Amino acid sequence: MSIEILMPALSPTMEEGTLSKWLVSEGDIVNSGDLLAEIETDKATMEVEAVDEGKIGQILISEGTEGVKVNTPIAILIGSNEAPHPTIKKIAENPYIEKAILPTKNKDKEILKTDSNSSFITVREALRNAMAEEMRDDNNVFVMGEEVAEYQGAYKVTQGLLDEFGDKRVYDTPITEHGFTGVGIGAAFGNLKPIVEFMTFNFAMQAMDQIINSAAKTLYMSGGQMGCPIVFRGPNGAASRVGAQHSQCYASWYAHCPGLKVVTPWSSADAKGLLKSAIRDPDPVIFLENEVMYGQSFDCPDDSDFTLPIGKAHIEKSGKDVTIISFSIMVGKSLEAAEILNDKGIDAEVINLRSLRPLDTETIINSVKKTNRVVTCEEGFPFSGIGSEISAVINENAFDWLDAPVTRVTGKDVPMPYAANLEKLALPQVDDIVNSCINVCNKS
Amino acid sequence: MNKNTSKKSIVSSKNNYDLDLLQNMYKKMLLIRRFEEKAGQLYGMGKIGGFCHLYIGQEAVVVGIQSVQIEGDSVVTSYRDHGHMLACDMDPKGVMAELTGREDGYSKGKGGSMHMFSREKGFFGGHGIVAAQVPIGAGLAFAHKYNGNKNVAITYFGDGAANQGQVYESYNIAALWKLPVIFVIENNKYGMGTSVNRSSAGDNLSDRGKAYGIVADIVDGMDVIAVRDAALKAMDYCRSGKGPYILEMKTYRYRGHSMSDPAKYRTRDEVDEIRQNSDPIDNIKSILVKFGLKDESLKVIDTEIKSIVGNAATFAQESLEPSEAELFTDITIN
Repeated sequence: MSIEILMPALSPTMEEGTLSKWLVSEGDIVNSGDLLAEIETDKATMEVEAVDEGKIGQILISEGTEGVKVNTPIAILIGSNEAPHPTIKKIAENPYIEKAILPTKNKDKEILKTDSNSSFITVREALRNAMAEEMRDDNNVFVMGEEVAEYQGAYKVTQGLLDEFGDKRVYDTPITEHGFTGVGIGAAFGNLKPIVEFMTFNFAMQAMDQIINSAAKTLYMSGGQMGCPIVFRGPNGAASRVGAQHSQCYASWYAHCPGLKVVTPWSSADAKGLLKSAIRDPDPVIFLENEVMYGQSFDCPDDSDFTLPIGKAHIEKSGKDVTIISFSIMVGKSLEAAEILNDKGIDAEVINLRSLRPLDTETIINSVKKTNRVVTCEEGFPFSGIGSEISAVINENAFDWLDAPVTRVTGKDVPMPYAANLEKLALPQVDDIVNSCINVCNKS
Repeated sequence: MNKNTSKKSIVSSKNNYDLDLLQNMYKKMLLIRRFEEKAGQLYGMGKIGGFCHLYIGQEAVVVGIQSVQIEGDSVVTSYRDHGHMLACDMDPKGVMAELTGREDGYSKGKGGSMHMFSREKGFFGGHGIVAAQVPIGAGLAFAHKYNGNKNVAITYFGDGAANQGQVYESYNIAALWKLPVIFVIENNKYGMGTSVNRSSAGDNLSDRGKAYGIVADIVDGMDVIAVRDAALKAMDYCRSGKGPYILEMKTYRYRGHSMSDPAKYRTRDEVDEIRQNSDPIDNIKSILVKFGLKDESLKVIDTEIKSIVGNAATFAQESLEPSEAELFTDITIN
């Protein structure tokens, strides 16, 4: 008997994890239900239990190893009376380990210095740094939301904030979005600067009335007296295999409403620079993050004064043949598409909108005047989407510069399905962007 | 019989009530009544548009409670808000000019009857969505606690709002975090056209705080002395850091839910009965008379109030409509 114990998937978006600690040693007898190891996922540290009985024949992945892909064999279970099998491959030869990563225990060592002024950090770390820096600078900034304090954040974005700032600055709320959103808005009316985390923006629908009717409109209804300096942040858009109620892009919902600012970071620098601007902003800001992006790393300036202006788009890649306009996770897919297009002789420009309201129409129009062709790209539904708005803006401002109709790449007009194949079909893929760009370039 | 004993027999309260205080409360209540009557009249003339919810009948509630407000306290309420603004010492001219949608209104004419604010006076609205002000009030209380001051947030809502889920979300958070908030339920017996009995399970709305461990009192909201006494007790409790407090005010509105409500859901007799036997202004007036206030003095007050309201109405009609450029201001700060 010889059974491979595999690296388990412990969250919907987990693709790899850290084997932080073995709780058994080679030669130990285990029964089903016994704890085998601690694994750190993108969300939390979790314990893994044995499913079968037997003896730990060999540990294949040593503790402290990061980046262990789901389904990688991490140990071999053999019969209680067997001796370890002699032909089992050693770690170095294990085909499942794509990159040899040395065990690290100190989180700080992970941060790779790329130059003297920036670090290669995850979007998650960039968001946390932005909050921590602003909280150090301004005592009126505080964080509230479900599981943001003691649990360290459902997605670990607020990790460490409770330790540094204490329970007078970091509040775990009950699971009552409507109520705690209103409390946050009241606190903002009372001159504090709340950061309200929604575990995901799907749950913010419970609080929609407070966000729109109280936060967005009161300044206007009060003739300018009642500013509401609040940030609503959390993951937005499709997660992975969680079905229709937990997978939706709300960008166009919020961008529709005057009184709100709507910000959609893509990279770590976006996340840090825009979140800091959002916290400093005197108006209510909807800050739409993306769960899939949390674990991705980018260069990010270290400077605690680094901010990015709300309302300014960024040209991620300059090009002359077609403009791809996207935001959030779709920026990465657009850049991938641009690379493929490059091989096909099409030079695409990629605009990262960064903010949807206000929308940087100037950057959009200037790009249209250069490339004369536009493909918009978003995860959300097509109807009344961000792409529809961009298309209208281009029609109104640069119709004569177009050589082809503006084309939208969007999520399909269906609730998000659960089945893996259908979910993939429902979401815009790199190929969809590539094909749309080829189509608009063939029209003249 | 000395003077103090005689006062005690007039006002049955362990708290101190002198003539000045009583007279001031009377003036405020009368101001609200006359102001609302005038607003109703202007509405009938087409000078005020949209929804207009009058506070007539409920004056003792806000005047009794606001009489114990201290500098820095915050107040927030629903759309039946004119009385609260006057009780917070906001200028009747500015309130009336907002009702007529003019540039001198508290919101430059952009808010209307249901949406007026004055940071200066600690009045945070004026909210048009039933119960939306309740978590906001808890949030204002959160800010007081966060800042470590002794202020409280007074949060008014009606019996109709008391069935909204966000009220209980707010109770829970306020009790958990010991927020200095007084929830004042103005139970005027009807949520629009539906009586409390037909909309709310259980005996008393105030009982609903028990589940959260929130102390509650039921108060005769037609008696400004009873209201003030209850408010003093609640304020002491909140200011000492013990957490939220609920005051359920049994009150009554004489007019319809809004100006366009024919109020067919209750009888004329029901309204008349309360007007004749429990009117809050008649109640305090009779106390003032017992205190020895002469008819002439009451007349002077009447004239003074009429003149304030008359001036407000004139001002509100002479003030200009907001300039067209105002359409695009105050959407965001930057």
